[in-house]
Amino acid sequence: MNIIVCVKRVPDSETRIKISEDGVSIDPAGVKFVLNPYDEFAIEEALVLKERAGAGTVAVMTLGGEEAKETLRTALAMGADTAVLLKGAPSPDGLGTAEKLADAISGREYDLILFGKQGIDDDNLQVPAMVAELLGLPCATVVVDLQIDGERVRAKREVEGGHEVAEFDLPGVISAQKGLNEPRYASLKGIMMAKKKPLEEVEVGDAAARVEIKELMPPAERAVGEILGEGPAAVPELVRRLREEAKAL
Amino acid sequence: MASFAGVDFFKTDDLLSEEERAVRDTVRAWVDDKLVPVIGEAYTQRRFPKELVPQMAELGMFGANMPEKYGCAELNNVAYGLIMQELERGDSGVRSFASVQSALVMYPILAFGSEEQRTHWLPKLAAGEVIGCFGLTEPDFGSDPGGMITRAVKDGDWWVINGTKMWITNGSTAGVAIIWAQTGELNDSKTISGFIVETERDGFSAKDQQGKLSLLASDTSELSLQDVRVPAENQLPDAMGLKHPLMCLNQARYGIAWGAVGAAMACYDEALSYAKNRVQFQRPIAGYQIQQVRLVEMLTEITKAQLLCLQLGRLKDKGALHHTQVSLAKRNNVNMATEVAREARRLLGANGILAEYQSMRHMANLESVYTYEGTHDIHGLIIGEEITGLSAIT
Ligand SMILES: Cc1cc2nc3c(=O)[nH]c(=O)nc-3n(C[C@H](O)[C@H](O)[C@H](O)COP(=O)(O)OP(=O)(O)OC[C@H]3O[C@@H](n4cnc5c(N)ncnc54)[C@H](O)[C@@H]3O)c2cc1C
Repeated sequence: MNIIVCVKRVPDSETRIKISEDGVSIDPAGVKFVLNPYDEFAIEEALVLKERAGAGTVAVMTLGGEEAKETLRTALAMGADTAVLLKGAPSPDGLGTAEKLADAISGREYDLILFGKQGIDDDNLQVPAMVAELLGLPCATVVVDLQIDGERVRAKREVEGGHEVAEFDLPGVISAQKGLNEPRYASLKGIMMAKKKPLEEVEVGDAAARVEIKELMPPAERAVGEILGEGPAAVPELVRRLREEAKAL
Repeated sequence: MASFAGVDFFKTDDLLSEEERAVRDTVRAWVDDKLVPVIGEAYTQRRFPKELVPQMAELGMFGANMPEKYGCAELNNVAYGLIMQELERGDSGVRSFASVQSALVMYPILAFGSEEQRTHWLPKLAAGEVIGCFGLTEPDFGSDPGGMITRAVKDGDWWVINGTKMWITNGSTAGVAIIWAQTGELNDSKTISGFIVETERDGFSAKDQQGKLSLLASDTSELSLQDVRVPAENQLPDAMGLKHPLMCLNQARYGIAWGAVGAAMACYDEALSYAKNRVQFQRPIAGYQIQQVRLVEMLTEITKAQLLCLQLGRLKDKGALHHTQVSLAKRNNVNMATEVAREARRLLGANGILAEYQSMRHMANLESVYTYEGTHDIHGLIIGEEITGLSAIT
């Protein structure tokens, strides 16, 4: 089973984001970047599928600059076999990014393409379905359970208020939702081995940007919380505040 | 479970390589996910969370700075230190477990063992299949281990060992013990030697140390060896003299210098977030001068200790480290952490005495760390001798 996992370098959800002077991008200074958490589910699933099949490779791919190599090495440390860096600037235009990925994928051998369901930075949820469309492949997004029997893929998806089961034949595209599996930690040996695994670089140029970001705004400041007490003893005061101050009761 | 964002006022992250950061982040995530949620309860139940050992082994935390050919990750010493930092951010007892396994059991086998001993033991210890302990201290010989009265006497192809070892971390859990014993005349520190003793051998027994008020999530035991017979090939061939167990301790102390910073970071982080949330007199207590300065003092000391560790690690990786530098770092950082933990506990008010919060657990733990692996005083005397040329120890 040959699997390509497309991944993205995103700011850690714990970092405090500052908006740059230009008002349309974030200031990367002091921001910690990580492998997109949803992509971890995709990588884990790919590794498990490969282990189960007993053969094949897991390749990770990203569109980005030099700094995205660190993200690829995180995936290699988890156990991916090879990595491909498509050198070029990603764009807020999901289709622009999808075009670059689809172009690069189309010349390669694969049975399955995996994505995280969304990047936690832009929250667009566009790229997996667009890549499937561009490659003319079937696609199931927001998948919480995946069964593959021969060529047949059975994907359980999250839909509003419940689940849906979709089936298609390989090759195809899956985007992973939390709950699909429990991603492994990159082991310390894996981290050391990651440096020695192949990392291919391909110049692809910048992604098309038909969509333009006009303004970025931080969320409204949250008021500081207050600890009213501990355990049952705190309940009367909590109820009083909910009633008198929050008017919630 | 909220993940720990780190304490890095001086951007020391910039001084770490990508791999060093990756190692730190992996262990940090594991500590947040698996250790922090269970440690409060394990501590109050006075139990080492042994169920975590297979996961620690799988990640590669045991003997992480040792060669790949023995099943280890072969990290550099800075990465190894960062592992210890993160583990002790969780709990000193769990860090102690990893220190003993790595620096006090695997290291002597690697450094003073035969190739057969290495290939037999190291992969098993790295995989956590066998747990080890290190028996040097005796009831009457703590800071002065050279006076030990545990003896090993040769009997044909066997050594017969008799004696009692006290305060032994992992003692009751271990499948193998590195036992230090006198093979010659008492008080002759040159004839102290090390033995690999399987704990199931006849005459070997371990008894849990009762009544501890510190390091509760760790197994501390007394070992008794009564005519324990081990084959001659169980002796560590290159360990003759007190210098060798002290070299082991030096490895462990190196990790402790880093570990203490982790415990201090946990306490500072807890105190800072508590201070921002706890409102008294209609304001968060973080808005009052006393608490601000208290937090600043903690952060200042942590920052200094972080820089100390980093240079200590770089020196060790260059092979240019002197043992008195390790003494200085262990002494400074552990003492620093005891004070940070105490101040954090105080800032938390009544909540600060609960196991639900971390600070008092760290505060109590660090009293053990202050004492073991050479007390604070003894390290002072070691450094004192180095700078004055005069020994004040004996
Ligand atoms: C939780 C825990 C785990 C441990 N784990 C292990 C283990 O796994 N293996 C092992 O072998 N040991 C272990 N130890 C033992 C530890 O290393 C000793 O406790 C330590 O070396 C101090 O010895 P002592 O307790 O006998 O104190 P003592 O040596 O009796 O010291 C008592 C006091 O006298 C001071 N003192 C001693 N000598 C001098 C001097 N020359 N000048 C001035 N002051 C002096 C000391 O600083 C201390 O304040 C552990 C201890 C603890 C608490």
